[in-house]
Amino acid sequence: MIYDWLTEFTGSEIIAAFIQGWLPLLFFILPFVLVAVLAERKVSAHMQDRLGPMRVGYHGILQTIADLIKLLQKEDIIASANDKKLFNFAPVLVFVGSYAAFAAIPFSGAFIGSQIELGLLYIVAVTGLVVAGILMAGWASNNKYSLLGAMRAAAQIISYEIPTLLIILTVIMITGTVNLYTLSEMQTSYFWNWMIFGGPEFGLQKFLLIPLMMMGFLVIFISMLAEVNRTPFDIPEAESELVSGFHTEYSGMKFAMFFLAEYANMFAVSAIIAVLFFGGFQSPFGYLGNSLGWEWLVPFEQFFWFTVKGLFFIFVQMWLRWTLPRFRVDQLMAFCWKYMIPFAFVILIIAGLITVL
Amino acid sequence: MALKTEEMILNMGPQHPSTHGVLRLELQLEGEIISNVIPHIGYLHRCFEKHAEAMTYPQVIPYTDRMDYLAAMYNEFGYVLAVERLMGIEVPERVEYIRVIMGELQRIASHLVALGTYGADIGAFTPFLYCFRDREKILHLFEITCGARLLYNYIWIGGVSQDLHPDFIRLTRDFIKEFRPNIKELNDLLSYNQIFIDRTANVAALSKETAINYGITGPNLRASGVKWDLRKNDSYSIYDRFDYEIPVGSGERGKTGDCWDRYIIRVREMEESLKIIEQAIEQIPGGDVTSAIPKRVKPPAGQIYTRVENPRGELGYFIISDGSLNPYRIKVRAPSFVNLSVMGELCKGWMVADVVAILGSIDIVLGEIDR
Amino acid sequence: MKSTEEIFSILKEKFPDSVTELLADKPVEPFIEASPLEIDKICIFLIENEELKFDSLMNLSGVDDANGDKEEDEKGLETIKGGTLSVWYNLESIELNHKITLKVSTERENPEVASVAEIWRSADWHEREAFDLYGIKFLNHPDLRRILMPYDWEAGYPLRKDYKNPEFYQGMKVPD
Repeated sequence: MIYDWLTEFTGSEIIAAFIQGWLPLLFFILPFVLVAVLAERKVSAHMQDRLGPMRVGYHGILQTIADLIKLLQKEDIIASANDKKLFNFAPVLVFVGSYAAFAAIPFSGAFIGSQIELGLLYIVAVTGLVVAGILMAGWASNNKYSLLGAMRAAAQIISYEIPTLLIILTVIMITGTVNLYTLSEMQTSYFWNWMIFGGPEFGLQKFLLIPLMMMGFLVIFISMLAEVNRTPFDIPEAESELVSGFHTEYSGMKFAMFFLAEYANMFAVSAIIAVLFFGGFQSPFGYLGNSLGWEWLVPFEQFFWFTVKGLFFIFVQMWLRWTLPRFRVDQLMAFCWKYMIPFAFVILIIAGLITVL
Repeated sequence: MALKTEEMILNMGPQHPSTHGVLRLELQLEGEIISNVIPHIGYLHRCFEKHAEAMTYPQVIPYTDRMDYLAAMYNEFGYVLAVERLMGIEVPERVEYIRVIMGELQRIASHLVALGTYGADIGAFTPFLYCFRDREKILHLFEITCGARLLYNYIWIGGVSQDLHPDFIRLTRDFIKEFRPNIKELNDLLSYNQIFIDRTANVAALSKETAINYGITGPNLRASGVKWDLRKNDSYSIYDRFDYEIPVGSGERGKTGDCWDRYIIRVREMEESLKIIEQAIEQIPGGDVTSAIPKRVKPPAGQIYTRVENPRGELGYFIISDGSLNPYRIKVRAPSFVNLSVMGELCKGWMVADVVAILGSIDIVLGEIDR
Repeated sequence: MKSTEEIFSILKEKFPDSVTELLADKPVEPFIEASPLEIDKICIFLIENEELKFDSLMNLSGVDDANGDKEEDEKGLETIKGGTLSVWYNLESIELNHKITLKVSTERENPEVASVAEIWRSADWHEREAFDLYGIKFLNHPDLRRILMPYDWEAGYPLRKDYKNPEFYQGMKVPD
């Protein structure tokens, strides 16, 4: 484990923990987010029968760096009627809420940011900070449109936490652990052992669980879309109605923080779904390192598979964004409370019954 | 004890991504429900009618283009028809066919903009680009004919300014072949998408009586169940020689005359226009297109009201002539001007998000409203 | 389907003093002239009568007849005194498929015409436009104010033949 190696290397557990906390952020998430912004523009462009950014770098690869430089040197505009403390603090909250979730997600067999026993609950709690940040942003902007957008966002995120939690509870019940690292370790060997196919123990329970897990996956995927404010649930940022909703009044680096937080959130959510249902960092076919005898290759392979699964779900999210129109606010709420929540409850109860019996 | 509620006034101001131009909508809200919508117009008023009194009749044609800039051929068509009727000029057959082909191509282009931007307002960004991709092909056809993509000055009094490009007929046939499957693609992607239907069906149904009383015309009137199309009911030019249907709204996915009906009527009208263009291309005769253009346009003193079927409704020109080279009075009855006045009535009781859907379904162009 | 002459005879019977004459000598369409303050009663009859049923007002235009005396006032600007302003109505019946044109004339100094906005709701905005650009006051209109020009435009009525642009509007120079 990297943690042990770092402790040996630096001689102090605290410094090791500190470095280990920074590692995923600096080397993976931030570069990933930069790539994701560009990827979204290219993916959307190709779906819409056009090319996207083509001039900066080869086929537009350096576009995000250009955007970042532009945002960094922009004037930071604060209107005089804004509540300055809240206005400045809101993007920080949103950013923190999204990035702190990565501490409990296992990137590979050898690396997890922090070995918390309550990994999943910690993640759910920390992403709740985002709601506070959004509300602050909307209120401090002193703008009727922003306020409307922020209130809608808060209502949406809070409502859709419930189906998310219910499905997470289902998986916890079946596997008996809340720690994401243990969950991933459980789904070893072949893809047949992944949770979406009923879990690692072979037997009648596994076959009974398969349809349930598939429906659970659908429910949590839709709820997670709503949590990260992506179309069809992107009412808070509905461009054509509210001109960017709660982040209308932000410019420059603060706007960049909202933006980066959104993509990091997308990845966090994809990673959680991958861990819960699709085996986390486990490979579907067994490890090249094992069969060749090179033990040191295995953690890298696991990291590779983890990234592939995360990227796949991000691609699906982008795909949905550019295909579907958006819901109206009352339809969105009705969908959550009248359809998703009862459905999630039913899944929970049936899964519980199957586990017990 | 009753709760005290206050009415909130929200301004969807002149600059807004979804108001299709510079339009200011004053929304009086109670929470999210609308109690009244007051449109404020005049931001694009360019005094076309006053300018027209200072120019000669042919000089007015480029100005008529700029009123409804998304359907410029039809503006010219209406004006030229009015002057020709006043003067009693007969145009050659080939000119009639060219005008009909251009008019129907313009109708398809205009509907593509309306449908694309409507999808973009509702949140579906991709159909917007697909519609504009098809519109590019039409604009290319216009470009090889008269050199301009958006504002043409092509249809002149007594004829058209120049004959068709030699490749025009072949390119139009290719366009029709490529476009038919694209309409089906648009339907699969947007029209029958359940989320889109949830947003637009049953929203702001316009009843027949209200529509006629408010003077609503065009696809909005037909969506409310009234089978009234000027190309058939008050036929002008040679529209009576072609075989095409008039789609009428019937409340397929909701109530008759709701936003979905208004949307789907436009999609179906595009298909019918394709039929007209196909037939016109087959039947077009040869001939000289500039032979009937008079050297000086001096209509006799009198007045006339002519109307044509713009993609947005009934475009009327009321021209009073006093026998001189300049028109005495031109009044343009713009369809969007009249269609917008029903916004207040339609939006009562719906939510803020619906205002965007309703405004998009009425399909207005501010250039026409403000002239 | 009725022709203008038939409609004229029906109207003349019902409103002998309001409906004045049928002018059919100039091209292209004949029109019926009526009196400005009775036009709303005539229109109620037109929309309700079973044989006529004019359920749609296509167009309502103001026209400056400019048939008064042109005089130069103190600043050397030409103005027109006397004469008339007219309002033209183009009506049609969607059910019975016929059309008719009406004209009313009112004096230039204090133009007043009865409003038909309560009869056909499409007349609402058309009448506001005629008021905005010509200054014709429509009696009993629900909300008569300017529509195309800014709401506080003091300098007159733009489409009149003797209109001159003001120098300044709210402190900004008006371009020419």
